[in-house]
Amino acid sequence: MSEVRRQTLAVLVDNEAGVLSQVSRLFSRKGYNIESLAVGTTTDPNVSRITIEVMGDDDQIKLLSNQLGKLFPVHSIKVLTPEKSIRRELVLFKVRAATGEKRNEIIQIANIFRANIIDVALGSLTLAMIGDESKNEALQKLLEEFEVLELVRTGVVALERGQDTIYDETKEKGEFNYGKNVL
Amino acid sequence: MMMTGAKILMECLVEQGVDTIFGYPGGTILNVYDELYAYGDKVKHVLTSHEQGAAHAADGYARSTGKVGVCFATSGPGATNLVTGIATANMDSSPVVFISCNVGETLIGKDSFQEVDITGITMPITKCNYLVRDVNKLADVVREAFAIARSGRPGPVFIDILKNVTADKAEFEPLPRSEHFSNGSLKDLMQRSSQNFQPPKPDDKDIDTLIDMIKESKKPMLICGGGVVRGRAQDEFTAFAEKIDAPVAITLMGGGGIRGRNPLATGMVGMHGTKASNIACNECDLLIAVGCRFSDRVALDPKSFASQAKIVQIDIDRAEINKNVKTAHHIIGDAKRVLATLNERFEQQHHDEWKEYVFSYPRETQYDECEDSLTPKQILSAIAELCPQDTIVATDVGQHQMWAIQHFRFDYPGQLLTSGGFGTMGFGLGAAIGAKVGNPEKTVIHITGDGSFRMNCNELATEEHYDIPVITFIFNNKTLGMVRQWQTLIYDKHYSQTTLTHGPDFVKLAEAYGLRGQRVCTEEALRAAIKDALEYGHGYVIDCVIDTDEMVRPMVGGGSHITKFIV
Repeated sequence: MSEVRRQTLAVLVDNEAGVLSQVSRLFSRKGYNIESLAVGTTTDPNVSRITIEVMGDDDQIKLLSNQLGKLFPVHSIKVLTPEKSIRRELVLFKVRAATGEKRNEIIQIANIFRANIIDVALGSLTLAMIGDESKNEALQKLLEEFEVLELVRTGVVALERGQDTIYDETKEKGEFNYGKNVL
Repeated sequence: MMMTGAKILMECLVEQGVDTIFGYPGGTILNVYDELYAYGDKVKHVLTSHEQGAAHAADGYARSTGKVGVCFATSGPGATNLVTGIATANMDSSPVVFISCNVGETLIGKDSFQEVDITGITMPITKCNYLVRDVNKLADVVREAFAIARSGRPGPVFIDILKNVTADKAEFEPLPRSEHFSNGSLKDLMQRSSQNFQPPKPDDKDIDTLIDMIKESKKPMLICGGGVVRGRAQDEFTAFAEKIDAPVAITLMGGGGIRGRNPLATGMVGMHGTKASNIACNECDLLIAVGCRFSDRVALDPKSFASQAKIVQIDIDRAEINKNVKTAHHIIGDAKRVLATLNERFEQQHHDEWKEYVFSYPRETQYDECEDSLTPKQILSAIAELCPQDTIVATDVGQHQMWAIQHFRFDYPGQLLTSGGFGTMGFGLGAAIGAKVGNPEKTVIHITGDGSFRMNCNELATEEHYDIPVITFIFNNKTLGMVRQWQTLIYDKHYSQTTLTHGPDFVKLAEAYGLRGQRVCTEEALRAAIKDALEYGHGYVIDCVIDTDEMVRPMVGGGSHITKFIV
């Protein structure tokens, strides 16, 4: 058995009411907590892509994606391993900047991390950071020295490296479709 | 043609070939029942005493006929009363379309009278469910629902229709069933889930791998699961078993997937499996399970189960592979088709020595001998002897269920109706009623215990109302026998809340419902009662008094090694 780690699933679904709750309920009823979730439409406005992060070992993720494959609104699923995918998350930090000195320090850190300053007020700065978890976490750790007043994450989105896509036909995809076959 | 939603619904049901509906009316579904009134010559409606009974009846109808069962209920409590029935159908992959109506659009979300979010409630226990808010989508939804219920791995589908939709009008074009896939939402679904309109073939490489495994195997073993029954693959499975020349263990849901009298059959496998089945699973070198998900009642301990063997799963549902037990190989596909393909590809095998070894273990259950009351063996032998061979058997859940399935030799898929996965006490009577309605030419019996029978015996009223001649056999031990058995064996004989000495007089109860009843304590009286019941031709209840401490043997404790028999 492989180790339990953060795993990313990309799921294409019908862009319809109730589908997200169907997908998220599957995770809870199989005993998994969703660590991160991001949803948006794709090139086809009728199809949404859900990126979900959960903790689990490889076998568990396999079983989870098998269960997802059974849901009728689900078109296809791809497990995106960290080695073979690019992952990004947008995080907004509202950080206390009580003095001009503190503000400068924060701006310097932001520059190093290539984070954008998107709001400045007398007592605070708001930073927008796009990166993978480790980078965002590193920034967060530094900013915590100044006191993070509020923080919001979009959830990780991920794409496979190279020219492979979630649309590729695989044997497994065919097998799921067999189960759903309506003839 | 412009029609109301209610009429569109009825037209769609007729289009699907539905001639029987089980259900219960109420406020929100009144428009549909009003339309049903006009369809009286095409569609028969069976009014039950309780929605749960209707759900089980539709399920029993589906399991026994292989057709899609249909069940109606109103909003709120009507819909929630279906829930146990839906979950039962879901766990056992039974194709039933449940239809309820909800409050109108203006009342939705306002905690209106008899309003409930039934699509939310049934989401985890249906294959698919729908909330119809627009009459223009109704026909598409109904067509899709039936296609999904009966396709792939069958299962229940729920349609909730708003009351105003049943009154709203829309254009409706009748379409023969064969054209549903090339129209509307089903067309989209088809295009997405398959490249063409033909069901895909099982993968050639997967087939070849299995054939190599079969040829190498010295001690092969088969498990006949519920998939063989649902896929009506009994002929292909039997041919496959005979060709491999392997012993066949049968799961609870697999009863009838191969003839129980077939010399290769070793009986049930698992918690109450026969010694032959369980020991063979533990000593074989190749275990091929067809349509079986290795539930905890079959595999018991998933780690040690057949760990010496190469396990091969043949299943239509990709998600069942490696779910409970780790397998060495799998083939995805419909049992009938996969087995037919396999049968063409290999030569007759011979495993006489292995078979002889397996068959040296008992394939029958042992019972205690008991002097002052009937024994389960006496009752079941008398039933098997006196009732026609093709009698449909519906059971409830508990000791009587295990005894019946261990004892009877089922001949064909759909002959045994039992709640295997969900273990629903109270399933049997409704299921028996549904089966009799769907198979009027066959004898239908209902095997139950005093505990299970008390749960839904209100359906005796349905039996009387429509004169549905089901014969109920109550294995009356004045206790919740299976729970008591666990208490005896595992809980130091603390008989906590399992004694049922204050139950009703079942004979009087039957009579109160206008049926005939008899209490029997001897084999002679039992045989006379069975003969009387078969002759009588109406609902009949036979209350068979058995000993309180009678046990189901053999038994392996939950989660234990499959050969660790505790009795």
